Amino acid sequence: MAVLKVKFTKTRRDKLAQVLWILNWISVVTGVLLFCLGLFLKVEINKREELMAGRDVQYVPNMLIAVGLLACAINFLGGKICYDCVDTNKFLRWKLIILPYIICTFFFTFCVLVGAVMCYSMHGELEEALNVGLSDALKFYKDTDTPGRCFLKRTVDMLQIHFQCCGNSGYKDWFQIQWISNRYLDMSQKEVVDRLRSNVEGKYLMDGVPFSCCNVNSPRPCIQQQINNNSAHFNYEHQTEELNLWMRGCRQALLEYYTHIMQSIGLTVLILSVLTGVRYLQTALENVLRQGDPDSESDGWLLENSLMETARTNLNIIKSLVGRTTPVNHKAPPTPSSEER
Amino acid sequence: MVVMKMRFPFEKRVKLAQGLWILSWCATIAGATTFTLGCILKTELRRRAEVMDNSDIHIVPNTLIIVGLASLAINYFASKICQDALDAGRFPRWKNFLKPYFAVSCFFTVLMLLAVIMSYAMKGSLESSLKIGLRNGIRFYKDTDTPGRCFQKQNIDRMQMEFQCCGNNDFRDWFEVQWISNRYLNFNCKEVKDRIKSNVDGRYLVDGVPFSCCNPSSPRPCLQHQLTNNSAHYNYDYQAEELNIYLRGCREALVNYFMGLMNTISAGVLSIFLLQGSVLVSLRFLQTAMEALDGNENSEIETEGYLLEKGVKETVMEYLDPVLKFFLLKNQVQEGMAEEGASTASPP
Repeated sequence: MAVLKVKFTKTRRDKLAQVLWILNWISVVTGVLLFCLGLFLKVEINKREELMAGRDVQYVPNMLIAVGLLACAINFLGGKICYDCVDTNKFLRWKLIILPYIICTFFFTFCVLVGAVMCYSMHGELEEALNVGLSDALKFYKDTDTPGRCFLKRTVDMLQIHFQCCGNSGYKDWFQIQWISNRYLDMSQKEVVDRLRSNVEGKYLMDGVPFSCCNVNSPRPCIQQQINNNSAHFNYEHQTEELNLWMRGCRQALLEYYTHIMQSIGLTVLILSVLTGVRYLQTALENVLRQGDPDSESDGWLLENSLMETARTNLNIIKSLVGRTTPVNHKAPPTPSSEER
Repeated sequence: MVVMKMRFPFEKRVKLAQGLWILSWCATIAGATTFTLGCILKTELRRRAEVMDNSDIHIVPNTLIIVGLASLAINYFASKICQDALDAGRFPRWKNFLKPYFAVSCFFTVLMLLAVIMSYAMKGSLESSLKIGLRNGIRFYKDTDTPGRCFQKQNIDRMQMEFQCCGNNDFRDWFEVQWISNRYLNFNCKEVKDRIKSNVDGRYLVDGVPFSCCNPSSPRPCLQHQLTNNSAHYNYDYQAEELNIYLRGCREALVNYFMGLMNTISAGVLSIFLLQGSVLVSLRFLQTAMEALDGNENSEIETEGYLLEKGVKETVMEYLDPVLKFFLLKNQVQEGMAEEGASTASPP
């Protein structure tokens, strides 16, 4: 029993071919868009690679680039097929190609869907990479004279200014690390020595943040030092103060930014509708060829038999192919026994 | 004396009309580009309106917008004329329209060139406007609770971060204004009282700058307060320190930005001016070549085309005469009415 059978008149077949031709070209543009999106995502991830621990995130943009290029090729070919399908005679030259084309496109569409799912499932991985990466970046913020870390302070400052965020989870992250280099600390000063001695690791910790954490929307000049000390500043209460510093952590800000880019990939599902249409067009035109009259009405379907039967048929085809390719083991002639000798 | 006379066989006329049709559509797109560039420049200037004292500089984008729109109309008609020039029967209907059309077109094309010249000439005006505007912006930085100035602090901070600049001329401008509101000053504190009493105006002046002056490229955490006091900070010499805060003033940064923008736009508009000029010159040749066919049954004969029928001076006077006569007549009518009024008012 055919699955999702639809009747097609000559006019409807031509309409379907035309619509599919347009859809294929839209999908080519979508492919280009995907490719560009992949490149953009790759560039953006590379731009912030100093703030990411693992490099596992790269597979998403790489897949998008590959899928984009494939989409262009597949849909360009699909466009040619649909264009020729208006003419029954021209359809004959595509008759052999169309089924493998549909199978390839099916696998490709499946890959696209997997890619789209990966974009959402990658959220956790990205968060973990950012968490570790940002923690390290904050830790090495002060090391402006260490080779390989010279520009880390600038990168973190620019990140906090650009994404309007502070610290990893929040501004309090800066209180747990020494972000002022010993080079700029006067070790002869009692206050500095006391602060260094006050913790096991001998770090200079304070309730202050870099200038890049300052919120431009604040009506008062930015308070960066002694943030937790209300008495150190006039008319100030750190529990209720919401505009002095950026409250959002940079992990959350970056995560939202990358997630937003990756959610734009929902466009790819458009290719599925093209695939379904091409299958209808193929079956409808094959039935026309069987009938012999190009203007006659014909049936089109997604699957000729039920889902189970189609699966069984395909398995049998694969088995027969495998059976044909494996070499036949001819039995070796029996070795004569000692008695026969 | 005829200026720039040329011979036009039939094929050459057709080629000219076809080429000019394409050229006029290119010029239409160029007109739209001019309009867009004007809009971009106007938007950018309006974004910084709060740090500008006057809006004299807006004459440049306004001119570009007007010229762009005029260019769209001029070139649309040029393309229609070219289309009709291919048919000798349809061309005469444009005869009366072409003289005023050329006058208007030349006016707007010259205006386009003026816009380019003005964008260079207005540098002084832009600079003085920014000087006063920025000075006021810095002066009102603290007034975050004054209606109309609530966002002044935010705008200045964003500007200093975006343009990587500090103050009007440089960071020292912040030392001459009170940029911390009295609302956040503790008047019970002796240090605050002393500082306020130390100057005639009773202002709280400090050798400090807002956080937006901080340079992210500095290897050390930003020093914002007591900038001129070397002993207040370890391993610090303010005369030699170049990376702690931005050293460039915002006036210089903004002038460079706007002049860069206007120079880029001017280069584009200048090339559009040349395109527009070539459309008008070609159209003039086509018009004169087609007018020579008047009363001729054979439309495929060779004709002569020229740029000006008389010399430049005579042509200018020919166009100016009706305008001058119109104003002269208007003045005479007004004088006559005034005399009549005087005679009726005086007793016999």
